[in-house]
Amino acid sequence: MTGAAQFRPNTVYITYIASTPEKVWQALTDPAFTRRYFGGFAIDVEPRQGGAFRLLYPDGRVHMSGRVVEWSPPNRFSCTWLVEGMPDFRDLPECLVTYDIEQAGGAVKLTMTEAHSWNVPDDILAGGRQGWPAILSSLKSVLETGQALDIKMEPPRQMMEAVKRAVAEKPWAKRA
Amino acid sequence: MSTKPSFVYVIYIASTAEKVFEALTDADMSERYWVGNRLQSDWKVGSPFALKLKRQGNDITGKVLEVDPPRRLAYTFHSHHDGLEHEGPSRVTFEIEPQKDQVKVTITHDELVPGGRVLEHISRGWPLVLSSLKSYLESGRVLRAPWYEEADAA
Repeated sequence: MTGAAQFRPNTVYITYIASTPEKVWQALTDPAFTRRYFGGFAIDVEPRQGGAFRLLYPDGRVHMSGRVVEWSPPNRFSCTWLVEGMPDFRDLPECLVTYDIEQAGGAVKLTMTEAHSWNVPDDILAGGRQGWPAILSSLKSVLETGQALDIKMEPPRQMMEAVKRAVAEKPWAKRA
Repeated sequence: MSTKPSFVYVIYIASTAEKVFEALTDADMSERYWVGNRLQSDWKVGSPFALKLKRQGNDITGKVLEVDPPRRLAYTFHSHHDGLEHEGPSRVTFEIEPQKDQVKVTITHDELVPGGRVLEHISRGWPLVLSSLKSYLESGRVLRAPWYEEADAA
């Protein structure tokens, strides 16, 4: 079982949504919802701490897999992520993605934190830094207007190269 | 390269670049999504810029640096409330990129004092203001922060 302590936060994205914590929780954990705003991926999660977590391509192949580290509806959902569906990426250490959901006045504050266990180069972090604003902007639109945003997403070119380099050099294995 | 910290935030809005640019410069629209705070400027390069704050009465002031509708807007940003005045002016730049059915809005707030309180304030403020702007343009709704409610009750 993976503990949260070994991960340090690298990327944080905050958005405020005119909704309820329960609806935001549902949007994050229900496959019918994630398919709409999360690049077509359906979430498949065992709703308990230690349960299996996956994001599936429309054809059922596995894109991401991991374990649920915290399942506390409707306030906190945290799980480890390993990119299985792309060459090289599957050899990187898993990261930890945490969603915190709080009532904030008449709205809901959603905070996404992407944390890593090793010193990740900016070129690799660029993937999440580019993706999260698109994914969470679309989630907000789905909840507020019923319409998702159709944002074209692909990993930045320098990210692919940085992943290849990291997988070859395995900097996470060299402990100081 | 500057060693001063910068804050970058990106949000996608189902709207047009023209509407987003208008909302970022129009006094009446700003008062809606900025919940009582009001932009004031004639938006000519070199002209004064102000954000009239509903609560503190100490406005944020500055100077217009760039106006390139509907793609780019920049101004200096000097807070005078809560003892932030001595940190001096910082810089706000908006970039608006039209995409398929939405626009990508990037705000870069830089020239900030390292470890300063303006950085802390704006890191908390911009995600809310831009979330509210998105809601306003997409659905006509605006969002209020809990710290607005605390200030109103005080």
